[in-house]
Amino acid sequence: MKTILNEQQLAITIRRLSHQVLENNIELDNTVFIGIQPRGIFVSDQMIQVIRQLVPPEKVQYGKLDITFYRDDVRNKLHLPNHTDIPFSIDNKNVVLIDDVLYTGRTIRAAMDALIDFGRPAKVTLCVLIDRRFSRELPIQPDYVGRSIDSIVSQKVKVLWKARDGQDEVVLL
Amino acid sequence: MQLSVKHLLGIRDLTRQDIEIILDTATEFKEVLQRPVKKVPALRDITIVNLFFENSTRTRISFELAEKRLGADTINFTASSSSVSKGETLLDTVNNILSMKVDMVVMRHSASGAPHFLARHIPAAIVNAGDGINEHPTQGLLDAFSMREKLGRLEGLKVAIIGDIMHSRVAMSNIYLLKKMGAEVTVAGPPTLIPKYIQQAFDIRVEYNLKKALEWCDVANVLRIQLERQNQVLFSSLREYSLAYGINRRLLDSLNKQIVVMHPGPINRGVELDSDAADSSQSIILQQVENGVAVRMAALYLLSGGTEVGSRK
Repeated sequence: MKTILNEQQLAITIRRLSHQVLENNIELDNTVFIGIQPRGIFVSDQMIQVIRQLVPPEKVQYGKLDITFYRDDVRNKLHLPNHTDIPFSIDNKNVVLIDDVLYTGRTIRAAMDALIDFGRPAKVTLCVLIDRRFSRELPIQPDYVGRSIDSIVSQKVKVLWKARDGQDEVVLL
Repeated sequence: MQLSVKHLLGIRDLTRQDIEIILDTATEFKEVLQRPVKKVPALRDITIVNLFFENSTRTRISFELAEKRLGADTINFTASSSSVSKGETLLDTVNNILSMKVDMVVMRHSASGAPHFLARHIPAAIVNAGDGINEHPTQGLLDAFSMREKLGRLEGLKVAIIGDIMHSRVAMSNIYLLKKMGAEVTVAGPPTLIPKYIQQAFDIRVEYNLKKALEWCDVANVLRIQLERQNQVLFSSLREYSLAYGINRRLLDSLNKQIVVMHPGPINRGVELDSDAADSSQSIILQQVENGVAVRMAALYLLSGGTEVGSRK
């Protein structure tokens, strides 16, 4: 097991990502942030907290998206759904999708299909904490990356959070 | 995590965990029904046949909507307009349909146990939409979902089921489910309509006085009443029934608290339920119908997962 980001690095990376995203989306009226269930929410919750300290909090539109019903492996294994809460329209908005680990790209493909059923966004950009580059199975790339790592198929990247796992850490297993 | 059963034949076969999974999944499907596009593609590779050997509009439409909202292809079969009237057997009917690569069967039949019989003979997953006087599991589930949504819990809830308990598959499914989830149940109605040993068999209360049952309960689930069942007259007249067991505004107002009123439909207005009760703010009858689609979507979705179902085997 190798530690990719310890607690302090993780906090700094999240701050940096939050600033980067905000820098490119200063017109908050036309921007919405959507975290991907179940694990992207831990990243997006923290990022939104940071962003809300930098701009008027009520201008930050934040939603959560569950992609269980849009997966391409529905028949292979049963997945139980998590909660989706998108209390605003995404028509003509810049959607910033937030997830923890980008690996094959299938989750993001499912997220985009789900988003299209909510409306027609002006633009969709992707922010991820960890990019397992060179592991993509679909042509999908992130716009904002916390940390890029090289990994092989047998390895697993785990993002641990204090609230759930007792510590903030990103490890490679 | 998965359901412990391959078919949804009755609440009797479900564990408490199964029920919680179904209700929690139904909550997410209810959210899908509020979206601009009320569909998800989860079952787009699945074909479902709605095999209704008994008349039904409400349940069949609810299932059909649930299937379409999941992206499945649906086929409707009604017994009257089919070869069953030419004497084709149940097994032949179903095997013919399955040869056309149908993946799941939703069945309503007048014989108790018909879906159980079918489950032993065909590979497709089966959902029981009502079999004789045995069970109507999706109704039980949507009733529980509606109670939980309105009152926040099932554990410790006091539910009175009122009417023809003897012939009601809705009552049976409700009783099984409520007991499994830790609720308390009282059945109320004329003695001729309540099975003799039901109290001991299910550890529930029996009450012949409607007002006492309503004063005890948090929720009243009111069942439809018919004068004749299989040529047996079980009470003197509909008017007598409604005088003793009909629920109206005056009765509801005379209670010491506001109870929730439910009915699986269709309502015999003026018999078991008056309009001033059925249309009141205490009634969640229309929410039951709305929840029915979400609950059926959940049941179909949860039964479809895994490698047993679907053409991609």
